[in-house]
Amino acid sequence: MRMVFMILSATALVALGFWAYRENYQTQAELSDVRALQEEIGELRESLSVLNAEWAYLNRPDRLRELADLNFERLGLLPLEPEQFGEVAQIIYPSAETPALLSITNSVETVATLEQTP
Amino acid sequence: MIRTPLRPLARILDARAKGENPDAIERENLRQRHEEMRDAARQKAEGRLLMLGLAFLVGFGAVGFRMGVLASTEPAEPKTAPSGIAIVAQRADITDREGRILATNLVTHALYAQPKQMIDPVGAAQKLALIFPDLDAEKLKKDFTGAKKFLWIKKKISPEQMQLVHEIGDPGLLFGPREMRLYPNGPLAAHILGGSTFGREGVASAEVIGTAGVEKTYDGWLRDPANGGAPLQLSIDLSVQSTVEEVLYGGMKLMNAKGATAILMDVKTGEVVALASLPDFDPNTRPAPLTKGQAADSPLFNRAVQGVYELGSTFKLFAVAQALDLGLVTPDTMVDTKSPMVWGKYRIHDFHNYGAQLPVMDVIVKSSNVGTAHIAGLIGPERQQQFLESLGFFEPTAIELVEGPTGKPQRPKKWSEISMLTISYGHGISASPLHLASAYASIVNGGTRVIPTILKTDKVQQGARVVSEETSAIARTMLRQVVVRGTASFGDVPGYSVAGKTGTADKPTPQGGYYKDKVIATFASFFPSYDPKYVLIVTLDEPVETSGDEPRRTAGWTSVPVAAEIIRRIAPLLGLRPEVEPGTEAAVTLVNN
Repeated sequence: MRMVFMILSATALVALGFWAYRENYQTQAELSDVRALQEEIGELRESLSVLNAEWAYLNRPDRLRELADLNFERLGLLPLEPEQFGEVAQIIYPSAETPALLSITNSVETVATLEQTP
Repeated sequence: MIRTPLRPLARILDARAKGENPDAIERENLRQRHEEMRDAARQKAEGRLLMLGLAFLVGFGAVGFRMGVLASTEPAEPKTAPSGIAIVAQRADITDREGRILATNLVTHALYAQPKQMIDPVGAAQKLALIFPDLDAEKLKKDFTGAKKFLWIKKKISPEQMQLVHEIGDPGLLFGPREMRLYPNGPLAAHILGGSTFGREGVASAEVIGTAGVEKTYDGWLRDPANGGAPLQLSIDLSVQSTVEEVLYGGMKLMNAKGATAILMDVKTGEVVALASLPDFDPNTRPAPLTKGQAADSPLFNRAVQGVYELGSTFKLFAVAQALDLGLVTPDTMVDTKSPMVWGKYRIHDFHNYGAQLPVMDVIVKSSNVGTAHIAGLIGPERQQQFLESLGFFEPTAIELVEGPTGKPQRPKKWSEISMLTISYGHGISASPLHLASAYASIVNGGTRVIPTILKTDKVQQGARVVSEETSAIARTMLRQVVVRGTASFGDVPGYSVAGKTGTADKPTPQGGYYKDKVIATFASFFPSYDPKYVLIVTLDEPVETSGDEPRRTAGWTSVPVAAEIIRRIAPLLGLRPEVEPGTEAAVTLVNN
């Protein structure tokens, strides 16, 4: 009995040691992964800020104005004018309940002449 | 343990035989036993104390050791914490009110040399001079072959230049990473942003510090890591600012002016939406301050904030508004306007002769100096001073620019009667255009004081009351009439109901007199007149309009058309829809038949 207990304990010890060893290495691998990811995030943020700066540089009003002038023939862009404001009522929307066209039945053909009005 | 009996029989019997008291033996034994017990207890207690002492020693030792370890090790970034705030730069960005970037950082490199590690100092010097034309090959050669162990060559280099230096391949040429401040919009809003430069420099990094404008005012805030890299949001609108600068530049050239400034300010929140001062500069390559001549001639000079000028007839509004508010006059009260007005040895003239009398309304509309002086006479110097002080004309503006406090208004030391008369029409007191913007906003917004700010805010300012609601409404109507039928008739922009007051002031000579042919022309305007949203001040320095037979210098011919064009261009950008002015047209006239 005592022997069996000893063998079981030893086996359990070896198993636990093996488990702890694996966990340890897994943790270290994860940590180095996280470190690599964080470095990548840092680099990406840096390049994002560079891209933002570039975006701001390329969209500076002076440049856009020059480009609009250069491409005036194609784009026809002019500064915003007060006259370009409109009312919502001025927009022609398709009517929501346009009645469906009735089908024509029993059609009668007629002939008529246009009378010239004096 | 064998217990010693208290009365050992042998000794008792022995004592009895000798006739001694056997109780003494018992007492003696009892005493010995007690002593033994006491010694044992003491030993036990001492052992406990020792254990306790050891426990404390270990506890405090552990704490002390840990503190020592924490104090002596390099700080390490937590490895497992989720990446939260994103600080990528040592200095936060500056953005406009819509979040568009006005100032940001770019990673670049500085070039330095360690001549002791150089293989071919002479060749390296020559090749460097080829890459950077502004470097002198001879001087570099001397530096590289001399006793120097370290020297900076360039503070900022581009990636292309860095590659070329790499290609020289000398191990003594080294690069240090740098964060460079970049203003992507170039000279746009240059006076607001100011500029920046490197502070303390090391090989691994360099401090970037602000030198002027908001960069300097908010230097500490921009560099504070506690903000988590949040940008500084200004009240400036990039597109409006750009349009104002464009139109103002055109106007300045057209009117042959040597300088110009424009301020657009929200009348309720005090936010400065655009602030331009021409000539300007590029904050990326901020020029050095002038070493000789007038500071005001430098492009670095912010005319809107630092420049104090006599602003002329734009001040008439203050005299009239105060007289209305005090109940001394109504818009229809007739005022003496006989020119010239004689006061002691002084004579006050009008630009034209307006006859013997004008109603107060027309004193403003036609801009009569004499009429305004008479109105000021009703008010008196004390009350005039108090009123101008309440509008902020005695102190520098509170705007958050480092140049703000230098724009200190100039006023007479002794506020005499004649000072009172001339100040009523804007001579004898100097203030910056920003003071004027703040004062006009305070009067037309319903009568409460507005303090200009450069930071974005949604809060409507609840300032001290300067004039009543009614006075504010009358002032708005009067100033609208100035544009409809007065001196600012070129200022009308259909749909936006512009109102305002012109001011043309002769420039003072350094000797103390006034130039005959140099003026500061100002138009202080606001729109829409019935519900003011924005105040716009346009000031031109020495303008002259030469399309007519003789040169015209008055603000009505110079600043007003420029301001009108600015309003026509920016009002749609500000989201203002053109509207038919309520009131006058819709009035019904009673007619008898």
